[in-house]
Amino acid sequence: MSEVKVQGEVSQTLFEYLHMEILSHLIESYGNEKKGEVISALEALGSRVGESMMERVSKDVPRFRTELDAMIFLCKQFWTHMFNKQVDHLKTNNQDMFVLYDNNFRLLMHLSESSQHQDKSPLFLAFTSGLITGALSNLGIKSRVTYEVPKMPQCFFQIKINL
Amino acid sequence: VAILKMAVVCVSVISKENFPLYLRTVSTYIENDMGFHHIVHTAIDVIEEKISSVGTGRAGTDFREHYLGPLYPSEQYKIYGYATNTRTKFIIITENTTSQSRDTEINQFFKKLHQAYADMFCNPFYTPDTEITSKRFDRSVTDIFKDSESKLSKNEHHGNKN
Repeated sequence: MSEVKVQGEVSQTLFEYLHMEILSHLIESYGNEKKGEVISALEALGSRVGESMMERVSKDVPRFRTELDAMIFLCKQFWTHMFNKQVDHLKTNNQDMFVLYDNNFRLLMHLSESSQHQDKSPLFLAFTSGLITGALSNLGIKSRVTYEVPKMPQCFFQIKINL
Repeated sequence: VAILKMAVVCVSVISKENFPLYLRTVSTYIENDMGFHHIVHTAIDVIEEKISSVGTGRAGTDFREHYLGPLYPSEQYKIYGYATNTRTKFIIITENTTSQSRDTEINQFFKKLHQAYADMFCNPFYTPDTEITSKRFDRSVTDIFKDSESKLSKNEHHGNKN
């Protein structure tokens, strides 16, 4: 069994801080009422980053045979590259729906575990949802992602792909 | 026995939607530029066929490999293909002066090209699926042209010694 090596702790932490700052900057610019715009902006950012990350990370990996192969790669190597851990659970209906569960999502880690900020938590997932759509689109898979935070710091992403 | 290496004369990058993002011909072959466009265009069909043959177990095609080897026979040139996981395709055309297999060497060139492409793609000012104008990418391709040429002249020299 191979352990996932903790690499690049500094850049990981910097990314987390940057993410928080991007969030807070966008909320300030758009105003508290325009949550929709903030979420769209974050998803767009995430999408471009996801494309680039996928280009880099998939470079030395053998070709994916099926969409499931691509999803597994997303949950393992890609997620590890971004968040230093793998996705905890992947559910699929073996056709076009996939659900990624992360029980200790890195970008939610620093928020309080109480339900105090539950309503703001989707904002913390918007960037990552864009990451997923961007990464998949670069593999030629069109997708739609919804996400939820049932209880901090757990979260899940529901991915519907176009076959 | 020194293996005669052949010079790379043309390098091309094709997007996942199959239109050309980049095509560069070495300066000594610049008049054949139009011809290379045509060759690359035909090569795309061959690549598509190779990468879509999932699990048909065709001999000699390891589906998991990015490197696709020589694509189709031509009198003057050898045409090699490479398809990434992101469906971007690279094509390298070389002179056809010997029938020796150069797979490892050409694969090395493709890997360099892939690395240069990934670096260029991560540039936030680059819009995906548009023409590649990066000077740094140009330099990587120039290096590939030079590398393949220098090996050619080195081995000619050794050939003369023998």
